[in-house]
Amino acid sequence: MKKEMICIECPKGCRMEVYYGDGKTVEVNGNMCPRGREYAASEIEDPRRILTSSVLCEGLDLRMLPVRTDKPIPKQALLQAMERIRKIRVKEPVRAGDVIAQDFFGANLIATRSATRENV
Amino acid sequence: MINKDLVIVGGGPAGMAAALSARDAGVRDILLLERDQYLGGILNQCIHTGFGIYHFKELLTGCEYAGRFISLVERSREIDVSLKSFVVRLTNDRVLTFLKPGKMETVRAKALIMATGCRERTREMIHIPGTRPAGVFSAGLAQKLINIEGLLPGKEVVIVGSGDIGLIMARRFTLEGARVKAVIEIQKQSRGLMRNVVQCVHDFDIPLYFSHRISRISGRDRVEKVEAVRVDEQGNDVDGSRFEILCDTILVSVGLIPENELIEMAGAKIDSATNAPLSKELNTTSIPGVFACGNCYRVYDLVDSVTRDAQVCGRMAAEFLAGAR
Repeated sequence: MKKEMICIECPKGCRMEVYYGDGKTVEVNGNMCPRGREYAASEIEDPRRILTSSVLCEGLDLRMLPVRTDKPIPKQALLQAMERIRKIRVKEPVRAGDVIAQDFFGANLIATRSATRENV
Repeated sequence: MINKDLVIVGGGPAGMAAALSARDAGVRDILLLERDQYLGGILNQCIHTGFGIYHFKELLTGCEYAGRFISLVERSREIDVSLKSFVVRLTNDRVLTFLKPGKMETVRAKALIMATGCRERTREMIHIPGTRPAGVFSAGLAQKLINIEGLLPGKEVVIVGSGDIGLIMARRFTLEGARVKAVIEIQKQSRGLMRNVVQCVHDFDIPLYFSHRISRISGRDRVEKVEAVRVDEQGNDVDGSRFEILCDTILVSVGLIPENELIEMAGAKIDSATNAPLSKELNTTSIPGVFACGNCYRVYDLVDSVTRDAQVCGRMAAEFLAGAR
């Protein structure tokens, strides 16, 4: 079977033709770099996305702490992951890169900005 | 009055990169003015990924991209950062007046770099008829409300225009539990990057209407519905193609304009079509010693390009100070 796809790995947005069968990628055309092939295979076999969102803080200088998964998580789990994010409260100061939640749909949820108790 | 070799207005990606590159080119006395209480500019509300693939060869969020520059600026003894500092006046001999909590200060700069970014075009600039209810936001304002303030501005959303911020906000609203009922684009293709069409709109099955425009906004106190219509090649409405979409919120994502009020106040020439400074050489203005970089010079798609532009500009200001220009 054939599927047309646009790569999301970089701003170029290569238009690709992806041939596949039995849930496996057979051939990819139109990609300008190897990341396109990897993305195409992942889209056929196990589509994933990095989830970015923000979590509520209490007693810190930021009201919302921006977060992301440290690797892509299954695309189907995005809305479920958001439900878990809505329940998280950050009350202790964090540095960018700190883990906010472990075992988060096969990844870690990490802070992408620091939050302190200063200037509250 | 304070005297400084180099003053930079704006502590976003352009201002920070310009400050660091001017320092690396030998400038030792730099003042960086930022009106917000944090450095980082618009990147602080850009919590999504897609930044840094060219500059850092890594995929970063906007906050992470800003964070890397912020720590370099904060560690630099040559760069004096003044936060909550809002420039209100600029003269053509490079004297700036700025407000900060409790005081008004004046600084004379031997060289000046403007890094004031851009502003969003508004509903008023695209002439949508109808009432003027609450619930019409620019996409970037909605982004700030959700990502910084933790407020969801609406539950049923129609997005006008398919600029990158609008596409990013289609996904953001969806993830936050709101329903994005349509993205309406008057052109035949998206104004945003293809990857944003895919991962923000297609991923969530959000209807995207090309060659359509919003012909009316209705609602008494709050937005209640919009009327959309298809347009032909000449931009005329197609008879019989009108339809209504019920919604409580409209996001406007119809482009960005360079912000150059200060240099205009100082007498610099501005291109009336693009609102960008007019001058003979790149990254300069018509006022000697006043440079401009980043989105106030030209609106870029990628922050990586803003950084590169600002680095060039920082070196030009250093050459000017060394007497080479």
